[in-house]
Amino acid sequence: MPQNNYEYFLLMPQLIIAVGIVLSVLIEITTKKSEQILPWLSIALFVAAAFDSVFNINQNFVLFGGMIEVGGKPAIFNFIFNIGAALVVLSSIDYLKKYGTYYGEYYILVQSSVLGMMVMSGAKDILMIFMGLELMSICFYVLAGINRKKLSANEASMKYFLLGAFATGFIVYGIALIYGATGTTSIQNLVENFVTYSSNIIFVLGFVFFLIGFSFKIAAVPFHMWVPDVYQGSATTVTSLMSTTGKAAAFSVLMIMLSAVFSGASNVFRPYFATISALSMLFGSIVAISQTNLKRMLAYSSISHAGYMAIGLAAGNLFSVAGIIFYLAAYAFMNIGAFTIISIVEGENDSKTDLNSFAGLNAKSPILAASMALFMFALAGIPPLAGFFGKYYVFISAIQSNLTWLAILGVLSSVISVYFYIRVVVFMYFKGSVEDFEIQISPYSLTAVIITALLILVFGILPDTLMNVITSVIR
Amino acid sequence: MSSIPMEYYLILSAFMFSVGVAGVLIRRNAIVVFMCIELMLNSANLTLVTFSSYLGNSIGQVFVFFVMTVAAAEAAVGLAIIIAIFRNKKTVNIDEINIFKW
Repeated sequence: MPQNNYEYFLLMPQLIIAVGIVLSVLIEITTKKSEQILPWLSIALFVAAAFDSVFNINQNFVLFGGMIEVGGKPAIFNFIFNIGAALVVLSSIDYLKKYGTYYGEYYILVQSSVLGMMVMSGAKDILMIFMGLELMSICFYVLAGINRKKLSANEASMKYFLLGAFATGFIVYGIALIYGATGTTSIQNLVENFVTYSSNIIFVLGFVFFLIGFSFKIAAVPFHMWVPDVYQGSATTVTSLMSTTGKAAAFSVLMIMLSAVFSGASNVFRPYFATISALSMLFGSIVAISQTNLKRMLAYSSISHAGYMAIGLAAGNLFSVAGIIFYLAAYAFMNIGAFTIISIVEGENDSKTDLNSFAGLNAKSPILAASMALFMFALAGIPPLAGFFGKYYVFISAIQSNLTWLAILGVLSSVISVYFYIRVVVFMYFKGSVEDFEIQISPYSLTAVIITALLILVFGILPDTLMNVITSVIR
Repeated sequence: MSSIPMEYYLILSAFMFSVGVAGVLIRRNAIVVFMCIELMLNSANLTLVTFSSYLGNSIGQVFVFFVMTVAAAEAAVGLAIIIAIFRNKKTVNIDEINIFKW
């Protein structure tokens, strides 16, 4: 256990972002041009926090009297959150002018939500999970409706808020019951006595409430009804933030709460996860076929990806933890890439997000078309891209836990999903341009696209680079 | 200590929670839906305080303070969102707020 002052040093990634938020608010108050300074400050903070986490990945301690964990698994999550947020900020710089929200506070909200995610992924006490979750969610409610003059953004924001707060109600009630059954909110205690508690009816009931609340947050069927509307109505860059890093944060909490299961305890919640994952995979893939709006299509694809990741939770072995983390990293980068391209092509007032707007994209901008094709292939899970290995690891872990039927359903649903991903590629390369419009390619967004494309290729061709790091930190 | 059994409090809070959930699912006015969500949070608070009192440790009561703080922050943001939509649409009925299909 490290000494008191050293604890703050180990908590550096969180402190960087927290100090950055205060600094950003001061800049926002004192200068007139905060929208030009804050994006670069945010990117600097995110990159600093990400690399600080990675360099201290072996300094794995539980700090502040068993409240927060640093190093190890949380460090990998911090890397995903911060790099993801940095890429989103990079792609927001020019997009926000087009969207009509050229404000500085957008970046402050992004920083606060990332701080919430970092608190969630390192939580060692249920109180920390709750505080992190709310910090993230409340910022997302505001970000979804950041353009308060636009009715579609208002609607997305309100739906997200009402259903998100509804889910919070379930989570808090679940936590109350878990506390009643265990007498403490420490996760250490929860992990050590998981087997004893799982025969306690109040504990199981509380845990199920907790899981229902988090199923809302990861966007799994049957708690998915907000997802398509919110993802379509919000600003495209906000959607890319909440569909990737937000989902990763919610999964990190589920893995913390189930860490006893992953290290060998019998998984009493397996039927629950098997059901939601089977429903999410098939529902998401089948409904996405009939969508013509790309943002809405990616929302349904996000539901089905939540299903694939939930396979890992149902399997509940150490390999599946590694599989889910790999999948989350791959999914974060390929989805941010796809949404960034949509944000480049998108016109004013939410226009040009239909499939028809992408027809003949190759003639207008070969580099955008090529990277969009790459992201679509990765999301479909075609080797040798990162998406394939994410699915592969999760399916293997399911077979190891005798859940072969779930893995077969997963493969089946991937095959269905290939149809609507490849349709985008067909439109871009083999159809003539339907709508005649100029695409203003922002250099910043293009940089974000290229970085994500490279990451997808590296994780796909050399999956061991990431996988070795992940397996070394989960014991 | 008190002569009222713990079950009474738990049944009351479970009832409050059910009323909250039913209200969210049935009522169509955004403000009323939001009030029902607050009811759910308060039923959880009652459960936490009850367990805290009967288990004889203070963690539950500390948790309640955090839940109340967060609920206040959420109320600020939520009412702001509802006001923003009322300015554009002149209604807070969630059946009429339907550019996207639910």
